[in-house]
Amino acid sequence: MIWNEAKECMSRDELINLQSSRLKKTVSHVYHNVPFYRRKMQQLGLEPGDIKGIEDLHKLPFVTKDDLRENYPFGLFAVPQSQIVRVHASSGTTGKATVVGYTRRDIETWQECVTRVLAMAGIGINDKIQIAYGYGLFTGGLGLHYGAENLGATVIPMSTGNTKRLITMMEDFEVTAIACTPSYLLHIAECLEEEGKLDKIKLKAAICGAEPWTENMRKEIETKLRLKAYDIYGLSEIIGPGVAADCEYHKGLHIYEDYFLPEVINPNTLEPCREGEVGELVITTLTKEALPLIRYRTKDLTSITYEPCECGRTIARISKFKGRSDDMLIIRGVNVFPSQVEAALLELGETSPHYMLIVDRVNNLDVLEIQVEVDERFFSDEIKELENLTKKISNALHTALGLSVKVTLVEPKTLARSEGKSKRVIDKRKLYE
Amino acid sequence: MNKAAIENGAYKRRGIMLIKQLSVFIENKVGRLEDVTKALKDHNINIASFSLADTAEYGILRMIVSDPEEGRQVLREKGFSASLTDVIAVKIAQKPGTLHEVLKVLFEAGLSVEYMYTLSTTGKDTAIIVKSSDLNQALEVLKANGYEVCTDKEAYELNNINNK
Repeated sequence: MIWNEAKECMSRDELINLQSSRLKKTVSHVYHNVPFYRRKMQQLGLEPGDIKGIEDLHKLPFVTKDDLRENYPFGLFAVPQSQIVRVHASSGTTGKATVVGYTRRDIETWQECVTRVLAMAGIGINDKIQIAYGYGLFTGGLGLHYGAENLGATVIPMSTGNTKRLITMMEDFEVTAIACTPSYLLHIAECLEEEGKLDKIKLKAAICGAEPWTENMRKEIETKLRLKAYDIYGLSEIIGPGVAADCEYHKGLHIYEDYFLPEVINPNTLEPCREGEVGELVITTLTKEALPLIRYRTKDLTSITYEPCECGRTIARISKFKGRSDDMLIIRGVNVFPSQVEAALLELGETSPHYMLIVDRVNNLDVLEIQVEVDERFFSDEIKELENLTKKISNALHTALGLSVKVTLVEPKTLARSEGKSKRVIDKRKLYE
Repeated sequence: MNKAAIENGAYKRRGIMLIKQLSVFIENKVGRLEDVTKALKDHNINIASFSLADTAEYGILRMIVSDPEEGRQVLREKGFSASLTDVIAVKIAQKPGTLHEVLKVLFEAGLSVEYMYTLSTTGKDTAIIVKSSDLNQALEVLKANGYEVCTDKEAYELNNINNK
């Protein structure tokens, strides 16, 4: 079902008018309330009045995750703290988190987006949905929760970590929908299979996101669980999950253009890409109050099409993601930057800073292994001591990344060193097609 | 660290010695152990005794060799993490119960054994390598209980002497 036909099926002209008027308001809002934007615009000799519509978007400067970090924690907020009703946080490129804030209206915008996504997946008031994303600072859990409640479905706030209980409730409550990462859903399918319960469950739809996945994974999920699986995209900087999602035709993700103005650029030249050409997705928020972002570089690689979809929606679609233009990894839905690992190791000071990250998928769950060189300064000939070292490293990384990490000690000088940026990541998962 | 070094020196003067064991970190990869033995062979370094401690991902090879300093240098040049560790080589009689007796002496002194292995069993006596918690105290109690402890040279030559 189309939840908001007026907004999802607008004519292009109407939509451009709406985007232009919202863009002008947003630019004026940030110019007057965020010193960071005012300074950047003044450096370019720009005033809010110079932006007359979306055709002037290209005049505005880009914003990156680094800008958020440099203005940690609340420097880019555009409203006084009294109007902020919630914050969320995700990993930054180094030790500091990326903090995002919401006004009451931002929360409403977010839940509207998620509601559209769930309705698009055929979920309604007669459905019981398990939200199996993490609840807390991560936007996944609460984002889906509010959207599903707004829709009127019966929400079961599972969060993550207890698959057995999730399966018991799935069976006993006759759950009809689930929201979780696609790899976790495959893991759930495997557990159901082992318990001989695949026939007993009543799932009809799954909303999967927070990590890249392929068409093959979708087919596997749909065949095993006999349901329809949908892709949901979002990032906390923009709002959280619900920025875009796919419909039953799975021909790209519909991006809610009335709230998020998309561009695709060449990440090297920063010039716009042609329609259909792969580049980096850049988003400008059009109604955000607490943390409006102008031309935010998502680093996600995709292409865009403005062709209306067979489902009837006229809003633009972005293709399934082709990768990242930076070195960020998404592991079990958690963003991980190699630089965070390096910072944690340096802070610990008990290993050489040479490391290699190996990401793999075992039984459909992501596993992160880090190989650390045992150089002579840290070599003990007692296994006990080496095991203590391993534990220390693993605890430090768990704290820094929010993920459990398997630490493997390797011989000195065996990890690749190259001029400049060395290759520090081996990702054995096949996440992109 | 300094205190231990000074004490170590004092024992040397009295002719009671801690000996240098060559320890090396080896990843569980095909051929790595052989790389170690080849490096030592190429430099004419003899291995009198060894023990290999293994875990799922790596092993630690501990050796009593003819020239521990050179051995360490050679392995380091080959890219290994190698170190010299102080251990005790203690002689015990070749008969039932002697290993138990020597351990009892150490345990009764409140010492714990990190690891141990056989140095020699070729003659009427046996010699074992012991790494205990407080090596200097271990030397003291062993001496007080009448045990004979080998110097580096003795420890290395023990097998040869016994062979004669």
